Amino acid sequence: MIKFFLMVNKQGQTRLSKYYEHVDINKRTLLETEVIKSCLSRSNEQCSFIEYKDFKLIYRQYAALFIVVGVNDTENEMAIYEFIHNFVEVLDEYFSRVSELDVSFFNTVFHSTWQAHSSPYQTGSCSVTQAGVQRCDHGSLHPGSPGLK
Amino acid sequence: MSDIVEKTLTALPGLFLQNQPGGGPAAAKASFSSRLGSLVRGITALTSKHEEEKLIQQELSSLKATVSAPTTTLKMMKECMVRLIYCEMLGYDASFGYIHAIKLAQQGNLLEKRVGYLAVSLFLHESHELLLLLVNTVVKDLQSTNLVEVCMALTVVSQIFPREMIPAVLPLIEDKLQHSKEIIRRKAVLALYKFHLIAPNQVQHIHIKFRKALCDRDVGVMAASLHIYLRMIKENSSGYKDLTGSFVTILKQVVGGKLPVDFNYHILLQVLQKYILLLYLTMILTISAIFIFLSLAILFECVHTVYSIYPKSELLEKAAKCIGKFVLSPKINLKYLGLKALTYVIQQDPTLALQHQMTIIECLDHPDPIIKRETLELLYRITNAQNVTVIVQKMLEYLHQSKEEYVIVNLVGKIADVLVLNTVDTYAPDNAWFIQTMNAVFSVGGDVMHPDIPNNFLRLLAEGFDDETEDQQLRLYAVQSYLTLLDMENVFYPQRFLQVMSWVLGEYSYLLDKETPAEVIAKLYKLLMNDSVSSETKTWLIAAVTKLTPQAHSSDTVERLIHEFTISLDTCMRQHAFELKHLHENVELMKSLLPVDRSCEDLAVDASLSFLDGFVAEGLSQGAAPYKPHHQRQEEKLSQEKVLNFEPYGLSFSSSGFTGRQSPAGISLGSDISGNSAETGLKETNSLKLEGIKKLWGKEGYLPKKESKTGDESGALPIPQESIMENVDQAITKKDQSQVLTQSKEEKEKQLLASSLFVGLGSESTVNLLGKADTVSHKFRRKSKIKEAKSGETSSTHNMTCSSFSSLSNVAYEDDYYLNTLHDRGDKELKTFSLNSELLDSESLTELPLVEKFSNCSLSTPSLFADNSMEIFHPPQSIAASVAKESSLASSFLEETTEYIHSNAMEVCNNETISVSSYKIWKDDCLLMVWSVTNKSGLELKSANLEIFPAENFKVTEQPGCCLPIMEAESTKSFQYSVQIEKPFTEGILSGFISYHMMDTHSAQLEFSVNLSLLDFIRPLKISSEDFGKLWLSFANDVKQNVKMSESQAALSSALKTLQQKLRLHIIEIIGNEGLLACQLLPSIPCLLHCRVYADVLALWFRSSCSTLPDYLLYQCQKVMEGS
Repeated sequence: MIKFFLMVNKQGQTRLSKYYEHVDINKRTLLETEVIKSCLSRSNEQCSFIEYKDFKLIYRQYAALFIVVGVNDTENEMAIYEFIHNFVEVLDEYFSRVSELDVSFFNTVFHSTWQAHSSPYQTGSCSVTQAGVQRCDHGSLHPGSPGLK
Repeated sequence: MSDIVEKTLTALPGLFLQNQPGGGPAAAKASFSSRLGSLVRGITALTSKHEEEKLIQQELSSLKATVSAPTTTLKMMKECMVRLIYCEMLGYDASFGYIHAIKLAQQGNLLEKRVGYLAVSLFLHESHELLLLLVNTVVKDLQSTNLVEVCMALTVVSQIFPREMIPAVLPLIEDKLQHSKEIIRRKAVLALYKFHLIAPNQVQHIHIKFRKALCDRDVGVMAASLHIYLRMIKENSSGYKDLTGSFVTILKQVVGGKLPVDFNYHILLQVLQKYILLLYLTMILTISAIFIFLSLAILFECVHTVYSIYPKSELLEKAAKCIGKFVLSPKINLKYLGLKALTYVIQQDPTLALQHQMTIIECLDHPDPIIKRETLELLYRITNAQNVTVIVQKMLEYLHQSKEEYVIVNLVGKIADVLVLNTVDTYAPDNAWFIQTMNAVFSVGGDVMHPDIPNNFLRLLAEGFDDETEDQQLRLYAVQSYLTLLDMENVFYPQRFLQVMSWVLGEYSYLLDKETPAEVIAKLYKLLMNDSVSSETKTWLIAAVTKLTPQAHSSDTVERLIHEFTISLDTCMRQHAFELKHLHENVELMKSLLPVDRSCEDLAVDASLSFLDGFVAEGLSQGAAPYKPHHQRQEEKLSQEKVLNFEPYGLSFSSSGFTGRQSPAGISLGSDISGNSAETGLKETNSLKLEGIKKLWGKEGYLPKKESKTGDESGALPIPQESIMENVDQAITKKDQSQVLTQSKEEKEKQLLASSLFVGLGSESTVNLLGKADTVSHKFRRKSKIKEAKSGETSSTHNMTCSSFSSLSNVAYEDDYYLNTLHDRGDKELKTFSLNSELLDSESLTELPLVEKFSNCSLSTPSLFADNSMEIFHPPQSIAASVAKESSLASSFLEETTEYIHSNAMEVCNNETISVSSYKIWKDDCLLMVWSVTNKSGLELKSANLEIFPAENFKVTEQPGCCLPIMEAESTKSFQYSVQIEKPFTEGILSGFISYHMMDTHSAQLEFSVNLSLLDFIRPLKISSEDFGKLWLSFANDVKQNVKMSESQAALSSALKTLQQKLRLHIIEIIGNEGLLACQLLPSIPCLLHCRVYADVLALWFRSSCSTLPDYLLYQCQKVMEGS
C-alpha cells in the first residue's frame, strides 16, 4: 500500500502532496520536514530506500526536486522506484519538458491528471502504471535528465 | 490506452485555461498569474519559514472573507478552492473552506464540479462528518448521462466514501459494471474494491460480477479486478482454485507480449503464489522474459514466488542465480533487493548465504546504514549458538551508532530475543559475555525497550539453568559487574537498568565474598540520594536495601536512610521507610520475612487473614464493634446524614433507576478525605511490596515444568554440536583453498568473520530443507484429497426426502403419501416426518424458524415427489442402504433434540469403505455439528476417530460419545461437536479428517470440510417491547435500507413471518405498519430490527452493538425478500 506521495524541493518546500491515509494536517508538515531531511542526508552511493519509522520511503531525485513515496512493508520497493520514473515521464510528455515551477503552478492540473490517469492508485495500491506514454527508452531516464530543469 | 482518457487529457489544459488560448507552461503561467500565480511565486521567493507563514495567513484571511461573501460567483469560488488546496498542502488549516468545496461539487458546471470534487477528496477523510453532505451529489452524478460526471463521482467514491452510506450507491455502481465504456467499468470495479476493503460484508453478493470483470476484454478492467482477487485469495486461498486457469492465461498473455509492456505483473504474481504448483513452466518463461524488459521489481517478485511455492530444483537454481546477480550488482539499489531476497530464502536454503558470505561481510561494513540494517536482519535470521557472539557484537555496534528511537527499539528487541526471551536455550556462550552484552543492551536500549526484556532477564537469573553452580556463578558475575558499574562516577544509566541492578543486588549480594552487605547498601543509598533517579526506581532501590538489611550487621546507612525517608513527601517512599524501620527493630522477624535466595519460590498467601482470628475475637470480647464491609458503612452513613452528590446527574433515560439512591462512588470520595492516612498507607504496602518481586514468581507448577525442559535440552545439545563443528571446518577449508591466492591481510580478517558468522549453517540446512519439503508435500496431498471428496459429493445421491415438503395446507395428505410410497424405509424415518408435520401444524411454527425445507415448499408438488423417490431408489443397493441409515440416524437425533431444528444430511466425503455426512442442529446455545459415519463395506471397522482442525473463528468442543471403538459392518455411527463462534465472520470453513482402522488393512484417513455461515449462529432473541426500546437507544451501529417487497408478501405480517422463518428473527410486536424484531448472534450479541412498510417498500433499520452484524443481516434480509 502506498501511504503518501510527495514532491519536495531541496529547500524543503512542498510542491505536491497526496495522502492515501488520513494524516492530521499538523502532523503532515512535521512528516514532510523529516522526510526531506532524511532524503537530503543521503548521498548518491546510498540506496534509494529508507526505513522510516514503521514504513519505507522510496525516493528519487530529479535536479532539485525530490519525489518521495511512502509505502508499507508489503510493497515492492523496486516497483515503486520504477513507478516514480514512469510518473515523471508522463509529466514530461504532458508538459513537454516539465519544470519544478510547473509542478507548483499546476497543482490542480496535476491532481486532475492524477485522477484521470492513475486511477489504479485511487486506493493507494499500485498495479497498472497506465502511463499516457509507453516509451521505454531507458537510456534517457537517468535522474536529472533534460526533462527537469 | 482508452480514448476517453486521451480525451480528458487533451481537454484538461483547455478547461483550465479557457480564458486564454494556447497550452504549455508559458501560457499557463500567464493565465494563472492572477492570484494563485502570485501566491506561488511569492512563496517561492521567500526565504524564511516565518515570512511564509505570514503570507499564507494573510492569504487565508482574505480567502475566508471571499468564500463567505454572498456575492462570490461559482467561478471565483473555483479559483478560491485552488488556492485553498495550495495553502492546505503547505500545512495550514483551511477547514473553513470544506463546506464550500462540497457546495461547489454540488452546484458547479463540469469544470467547477471537478475542482470541487478534487478539493473534497484532498480536504476530507473517510470519517469526516461533512462527507455525508456529499452523498446526494455523488448519487446524482452517478445517474448522470455525462460520462465525465460519472467518472468523477466514481473516482471520489473510490477515494473517500463514508462506510455507512455504501448501500445508497452500491446498486448504482453495480450497474456501472455493465457500462459500455471500459473506463467506467474499470472505475466501478475499483470503487467496489474500495468497498471490499472497508466493508466486505456489503459486496459479498457481487462476487460473480467480479468474475465477469476478470474476463473483461479491456486490460484495465481485468487488472483492476485482480486487486480484489488478490485480497480475497489472501483471506481464503482454497475458495478460488478454479480461477487458476484464468490467471495462468493472463500471465501467458503478458509473457507472450500480447498485453502492453508496461503492464505490471507483480500483483498477478502474488495472486498466483497460492496456486503456483502448475506453473513452473510459465515461471521460467517469465524469468527469462523479464531480463529483456529490465523490470527488476518483477524479477524480485518471481524469486520470492519461487521460494514460497513447492520447491522445484530447476527453479530454485534459477532463482539462486538471480539472487546472486542482485547481490553482486554494483548498483546499490539492486544490492538492497538482493539482500532482501536473501532474507526471505535464508531459512529455507542457508547454503545460498554461504555462497554469498563475502558479499554479506562487505555489506556489514557498508557506509549506507540501510544496507547495514538489512544485513543485520539477515544475520538475525541465521543466528545460532556458534555465531551468536559475532552477530550480537555487530548488532551492538550498529546500535551504538544509530539515534533513531524506532531503530533502537527494534534492534534491542532482536538482541534480547536472541539472548533472553527464549529462556530455555539461550544462545549465550558464557556468563561474562552474557552479562556484559545485556549491560550494553540495557544501557543503550534504556527506557524505550519493551518492558518484557528486563522482566525476562530477571526471571532467567532467578530461575537459572539446570546447573546450580553455573547459576551461582552467573549471579555472582552479574552482581560484581553491577557494582563496578555503580562505582563509576558521573555515569547516568537508564531507569530500567537501575531497576534491574537494584533487584539483582538485593537478591544476590550474599554471594559476594569481599564486600559486605553494608557496602552494597551504602552504594544503593548513594543512588537513592541522587536526584536524577525516578521515584519508581527509588522504590526498587529501597526494596533492595530492605532485603539486604537483615544480612548487614551494623548499619548506620540504614538508620540514616530511615531517618531521611520517613519524612519524605512521597507517600510511597515514606511507607517503605516506615516498613523498614519497624522491621529493623525486630531483626529475627525480618530474617524470616526476607529469606535469602527464595525469589522464585511460591508464597502461600492467606487471603482470608485467618491468623488474625484470635486477635479479632479478643477485640470483640473486649467490646469492639464488629467489622463492617465498606459498602455497608457507606449505606449506614447515608441513612444517617445527607451528603453532597458528587456524581454528575445522569442522562434522562438512564437516571430513573437510580433516583433516591446515591451511588457508592460519590461517597467514597468523601470518606477518603475524612479517613485516616495510615489506613490508606497500609493498603499501599500490600500492593507495593509485591511490585519488585511479583513478576518473578511464576504460577504454581511453572517451575518444575521448565526444569524438565532444560534437562531435555542439555541432553540433546552435545551431539549436534560436534557434527556442526565438523561441518564448519569443512566449509572453512573449502573457502581457504579457493581463495588462497588473493588473500591480503584484510581479506583474511573478513574471512575469519565470515566463518564465524556462518558457522553451523551447513548442517542445519539439510535438516531444514528436509523438514520443509516434507510439510509442503503433505499439504498438497491433503488438498487433493479434499478435492476428491468434493467430487464424490456431487456424484452422490442423497437428496434427502425431507427437502420435498409441500405447502402447509395438505400436510396430512402428503404424510399419507409418504407412508404409502416409502414403506420400506425404517419406521424411524417416518417418525421424522410425522414429527416435522406436527411442527408444521402446531402454532409453534412461528417460533421455529429457518427450516430450509420451507423454501422448497412451494416448489414441491406431488408430481415432483415421484421424481424424488425415484432418485432415491435407483442408486445401487449399498448407497440406498446408507441413505436409509442416515435418515434413521437423523431421526434418532431428532428424538434427542426434538425441540431443535436440524438441516438435511449432506455427504461431505466418502470412499469405497465409508461415507461421512453431516447435519447441523441449531441448538439454542450453540450449533451442534453431527458427522455420521456409515460403514459401507462388509467388514467390521475396528475403530474410527474424527478430528477437527482448529479454525480461527470457531471454538469446537467435542460432545460426549464421540469415539467409536468398533463399528459393525453396514452400520452408522455419529460424532457430535458443538461449535461456538469466536468472532463475527460471514463465511467460514470447518474442516477435519476421519481416521479409521479396518480389520485387516492398515488405518486410513479421509478429509472433509463443511461450510458454515453466520446465519447458523443467529438465534431469536425474546425480549419485550420495553426492553427493545431501551436496547435500541444503547446501540451505536445502525444500518438502514429500503427493500422492495414482492407481491406475495405485500402485508407486513407475512413479510415478517418470512424473516422469522428464514433468519430466525423473533417478532416482538407489530404495531400498525411497523414491526419490531430481535435476534442474537451466539453467544450473546444482540441485534434489533425495526421495519416499516410504505406501499410495497419495506424500510429496514438494524441496530446492534457489533458493527458487522447489521450489514450481514441486511444482506440476508435482502436475499430473503428478493428470493421469495
